[in-house]
Amino acid sequence: MTDSAQPSSAPHSQWWDVWRQFKSHRGAMISAVIFLIILFAVMFGEALWPFDATLIDIPARNQGPSWVHPLGTDQLGRDTLARMIRGGQISIAVGLTAMLLALFLGTLVGVSAGYFRRLDGILMRLTDLFLALPLLPLLLVMVMLFREPLSAAFGTETGIFILMVSAIGITSWMPTARIVRGDVLALKEREFILSARSIGTTPFKMILRHILPNVLSPIMVSATLGIANAIITESALSFLGLGFPPDFPTWGRLLFDATDFLQLYPERVIWPGLAISLTVLSVNYIGDGLRDALDPRIRGR
Amino acid sequence: MTIKAILMGAACSFVIAPAAMAERGSDGHLNIIYWQAPSTMNNYLSGGTKEMDAASMVLEPLARYDETGAIVPWLVDEVPTVANGGVSEDLKTITWKISEGITWSDGTALTSADVKFTWEYCTNPDGGCANSNYYEDVVSVDTPDALTAVVTFGVPKPFPYGPFVGGNTNIIQAAQFAECVGAKAQECTTENFNPIGTGPFMVDEFRPNDVITFKANPNYRDPNKPSFATVTFKGGGDATAAGRSVLETGEFDYAWNLQLAPDVLSNMEAAGKGKVISGYGSSVERIMVNLTDVRPEAGDERGTVAKPHPFLTDIKVRKALSMAIDRGLLTEIGYGATGKPTCNVLPAPAIYASSANDACLVQDIAGANALLDEAGYARGGDGIRAKDGVKLSVLYQTSTNAVRQDYQALVKQWWGELGVEVELRNISASVFFGSDPGSNDTFQKFFADVEMYTNNFSGTDPESYMGGWKCDQAPTPDNQWQGNNMPRFCTEAYDALVAEMAVTGDIDKRIMLAKAMNDTLMQAYVMLPITHRSDVSARSNTLEGVRMNVWDTETWNVADWTRAK
Repeated sequence: MTDSAQPSSAPHSQWWDVWRQFKSHRGAMISAVIFLIILFAVMFGEALWPFDATLIDIPARNQGPSWVHPLGTDQLGRDTLARMIRGGQISIAVGLTAMLLALFLGTLVGVSAGYFRRLDGILMRLTDLFLALPLLPLLLVMVMLFREPLSAAFGTETGIFILMVSAIGITSWMPTARIVRGDVLALKEREFILSARSIGTTPFKMILRHILPNVLSPIMVSATLGIANAIITESALSFLGLGFPPDFPTWGRLLFDATDFLQLYPERVIWPGLAISLTVLSVNYIGDGLRDALDPRIRGR
Repeated sequence: MTIKAILMGAACSFVIAPAAMAERGSDGHLNIIYWQAPSTMNNYLSGGTKEMDAASMVLEPLARYDETGAIVPWLVDEVPTVANGGVSEDLKTITWKISEGITWSDGTALTSADVKFTWEYCTNPDGGCANSNYYEDVVSVDTPDALTAVVTFGVPKPFPYGPFVGGNTNIIQAAQFAECVGAKAQECTTENFNPIGTGPFMVDEFRPNDVITFKANPNYRDPNKPSFATVTFKGGGDATAAGRSVLETGEFDYAWNLQLAPDVLSNMEAAGKGKVISGYGSSVERIMVNLTDVRPEAGDERGTVAKPHPFLTDIKVRKALSMAIDRGLLTEIGYGATGKPTCNVLPAPAIYASSANDACLVQDIAGANALLDEAGYARGGDGIRAKDGVKLSVLYQTSTNAVRQDYQALVKQWWGELGVEVELRNISASVFFGSDPGSNDTFQKFFADVEMYTNNFSGTDPESYMGGWKCDQAPTPDNQWQGNNMPRFCTEAYDALVAEMAVTGDIDKRIMLAKAMNDTLMQAYVMLPITHRSDVSARSNTLEGVRMNVWDTETWNVADWTRAK
């Protein structure tokens, strides 16, 4: 009877548990595979695929799918697959970077508001203020105001990239801030925080060592939701004809260009639409799976 | 029995009443869609076609052009000519006799004082009137009696039909606009949005850049017209949606300016709800080259002749840009059968079309490269040409439209082969053509190196149109950024040609001068015409009476439009 004290299996880290739980979420696993495939395609696709996304080849225009152009060509003979790859790079890069920015801002505001009582009121009112702002009109104004100076300072592509990323980031950190603040408020009352404080931990160390690791799971979930949101916002801006210049393929722009040809060549709308939907859906599923996996109360059930 | 008879009689009268007055308003509601939304109802405050067409529902000129290009009397009994004594022998005065009994929609009579006021309104130096070139050389408008207006020119005018003829020079009511003269012109929103007119309709509600609702003018001169009681003039959206709403779904009765790829358009027409109507006028899709420096560093003088452009002032660069364009290919892709490649900004009427520039129809990238080498622009490490640290890098703007974006992409590729870096920009058409002096994105302000759009002129005489590239027609902060000289082109020789044409009566000489002006502009490469477009609109099969007019506004005869029975 004494051997019951022996562990039934080798000890393993917390992340191994997370992974095991994540694996058991079938939707999340499929989504992760799809997302990785998309990511791989847009990162390395350009090197593997011979056509350039902006090369105009008039004799080959308006072609349907073929072996040379698996997704067909557009009205100027540009290869749709190459444009999808290039568009994906931009859309996903914007999505990821804007998400990181939003996450950073949201966590900063959320933790500060939750931890420091004095900052709580003012930061949360700021959050309310940003939530109340209508997003698209605000973005339009930002694009109008900062487009030229940024283009002049960093060059067109980088300038607009910075503009889009910061515009989307600055307008989408609020949900993260609220979620994080709520969790921090709850954590603050827990005994381990009290004991940490009793041995004289400074607020900075406290946040870094005790609070942040414990709010990681909501942050990661809102990160995945944030990517999806950012991709959609970028697509919406490009769809409205703002955002990147017209010769700069992004998924939203491809969709916008294709709407005129919706009846004649419906596949041109379907490809970018499918890419946006797949990316957003898979990222959402991954977020769902992560939330389950990161919650110790669900884990192991 | 008697009660029954009375009831029957009453019932009959209800049935008969509408039939008996199958006249004004009997055809109910008319839906018009313009995918560029009008920003004002006052055609003097915008150079845009959309404002002109919207204004033409309400405001009218004394005479206008019909679909054949002939001048027809509108608010007058006859068009004054030398033969009928209306134009003086020395060609310096033209006497308009307003028809008896024409009233404004508020019931007051149209008088020659309104005509005089219109001239004063548009020629006020502080007013920023967009169509002042039509009043060129007018020194006075006299009103000997209430129905006679005598327009006197400072020089003999062989073609005295610039002022008060065509949709650019509508008569506005003196009583209404009396307080809106000069610098206050832009501020009078009530007046500019709800002008009182003599036309078949009056504004019910005007929402700028959105929807206009009209109702029939109860005081219109013909008691049987217009046959529509109300009109919705929807603005905004895009050409595709507009075309579809008339040709495929039938929600709208008339759609303007269907700048769509030819295969898209024919596919829509195949749905059978409406017809595509078109006609070749003077519309030319052209690239304007900016001769002024538009970088923000130029400060207050940004976009004015005081700051010349760093490299586009070099004619060799401009010529090389022109040579690199394959106009035939662009036109085929963008317009198909509804366009022709052109090298002239004045391709119509045919007698004025020059053939001196046709060499540009052939693309010559090698030649353009040689020209840039010769001009001293050498390719840098990134393949972009530069001279003295000035890189050939251009911002190319136009309105948001699929055909225009295709043009942009192709032109960018060709210019890229020359070693010219091109940044593309597209701006919503409502903003780009909005003429708002407060916006930096309008085609008049032209804060870009090159821009592309279509322009045309009303009527058949190119004098006023060609006068648009005189020095003083350049948009500047002083004239609220109004004017037609987008390249800010300015030479004494050109101004002299304009002045000479103004005093030349002989038609052959006028043709020669018009061609000379066209050739001057073309050989200076300040504008690069690409496509001579036919104006393409669509009407519903149930709409009758539409006479597609390329010489005046498309809504010129809206009073005659009826619903097919």
